[in-house]
Amino acid sequence: MIAVRDLRKAIGEQEILRGVELDVAVGETLVIIGRSGGGKSVLLKHLIGLMQPDAGEIWVSGKNIIGMSERQLTAIRQKVGILFQSGALFDSMTVEDNIAFPLREAGMRDVKAMRARVNQVLEVVELEGENAKMPESLSGGMRKRVGLARAIIRRPSCVLYDEPTSGLDPVVSDSINRLIRRLQERFQMTSVVVTHDMKSAVHVGDRIAYLHEGRVYFQGTPAELKQCDDPIIQDFLLGRSESATH
Amino acid sequence: MIARFFIAIGASLVVFVRYLGEVVLLAADTFRSAFTHRLRWRLFLQQIVEIGLLSQVVVIVTGGFTGAVFAAQTYFQFNKIGMGSATGAVVSVAICRELAPVLSALMVSGRVGAAMSAEIGTMKVTEQIDALRALAVYPVDYLVVPRALAMMISMPLLTAECIGFGIIASYLIAIVVLDINGTYYLDNMVRWTRMRDLIMGTSKAFVFGILIVFICCHKGLTTREGAVGVGRATTEAVVVSSLAVLISNFFLTMALNIVYPAGYQ
Ligand SMILES: Nc1ncnc2c1ncn2[C@@H]1O[C@H](COP(=O)(O)OP(=O)(O)O)[C@@H](O)[C@H]1O
Ligand SMILES: [Mg+2]
Repeated sequence: MIAVRDLRKAIGEQEILRGVELDVAVGETLVIIGRSGGGKSVLLKHLIGLMQPDAGEIWVSGKNIIGMSERQLTAIRQKVGILFQSGALFDSMTVEDNIAFPLREAGMRDVKAMRARVNQVLEVVELEGENAKMPESLSGGMRKRVGLARAIIRRPSCVLYDEPTSGLDPVVSDSINRLIRRLQERFQMTSVVVTHDMKSAVHVGDRIAYLHEGRVYFQGTPAELKQCDDPIIQDFLLGRSESATH
Repeated sequence: MIARFFIAIGASLVVFVRYLGEVVLLAADTFRSAFTHRLRWRLFLQQIVEIGLLSQVVVIVTGGFTGAVFAAQTYFQFNKIGMGSATGAVVSVAICRELAPVLSALMVSGRVGAAMSAEIGTMKVTEQIDALRALAVYPVDYLVVPRALAMMISMPLLTAECIGFGIIASYLIAIVVLDINGTYYLDNMVRWTRMRDLIMGTSKAFVFGILIVFICCHKGLTTREGAVGVGRATTEAVVVSSLAVLISNFFLTMALNIVYPAGYQ
């Protein structure tokens, strides 16, 4: 589904991605973990062409998206949804209009059917009845779930989640994790989940990739990750700020 | 020393040319997408309301008071040489050709242009533009096309309105306050004001509308750095578009005067 080859990106002086190699198979859930500020969001934005890399290739369903124009990218973006870290809701629209936006843009005119679809996804993200609220009157976690509803309403074949559970309480986090799994099982949706929440990573991930200093430092199943005795990984897993070997 | 001076001038020239290029590319992109993609009617009508309908009060007040004060000043001077009734002709031609289009454009750039760059700029810094792109919507189609079309339709109409109220106000001042003979005043005005004066004013307004909308949308789309950035983009949008209106007005006057020469023939 997605293949990333030697992706490099510098913003100003700072080299953020230094040769990322990544493969995501159809229907699998890949979790990307890594330190905060390590370039996970930047990597995710590259995957649907929101940012242009300095070098490298990104293949999405068989097409190299590097160098595509915005108009050519829309075809890819109809198949790949993204949940932004901040939610990125349209702040002048109600929750319902936000979620219905992709349907309306795809040319759907039947108001009743649209409302039914909206209510259905609102139920999935456990926000029934919040249709008329404006984004500014929602909590951070609710915004994120509305963003998630907006990302999945068109049933894309792949969804990119940028920290779907950060800032949410444990119960809602768990339900989001279940939702990601359920979407994968029911619709064979491919998912790329960025997180620094290890519990969530182990729960949803078929495979886990650890992004460290602009490269994929480790790739493997959750079980392999736990057994890995590399000190850098162990520090991250155990949440140590200084290596025990020092 | 001198070398550094020329390097500085060269550098700012490069920046300016690049900026100009970006605005022109945005305009080209907008026209291309206006002709090749379906129009979002709802957004377009919203912008017509926002730009056209809601700017009327501002434009009417501007036109009315400018017409009145211009009539008074012209009369004070003309009356000394016994040409008081020629006031109407001078005022209406000046309003049609210069005052109404320029003043309407300045008011619209302050009222509408500022709002455009602030709104688009806020969307930019809060990732809403990225969200549009991610949802397979091209931001130019969604944000710029409706605004540009609404502006191109609204500006000439607003200017015509400004002209109308300017002339009405000048007439009222002339006969009520300045005690000019109304019949002479009207006769002179109608004799010296031609359709071409009206056409010149509204065509200028059309050009000003284009300048304002692309300068302000471009400022919005290139906003960075949070709330301060939005403030800066808004200020710059108003300053740059106002200057663009004033400067281009000079050249438009010179060019259009060849096509629609001033004066009675
Ligand atoms: N638009 C941008 N402009 C400048 N620097 C950026 C931008 N976006 C991200 N960065 C920088 O890139 C680095 C990685 O950011 P990010 O991908 O958001 O990290 P995270 O892994 O926490 O998601 C950070 O150091 C950040 O400062
Ligand atoms: Mg991030």
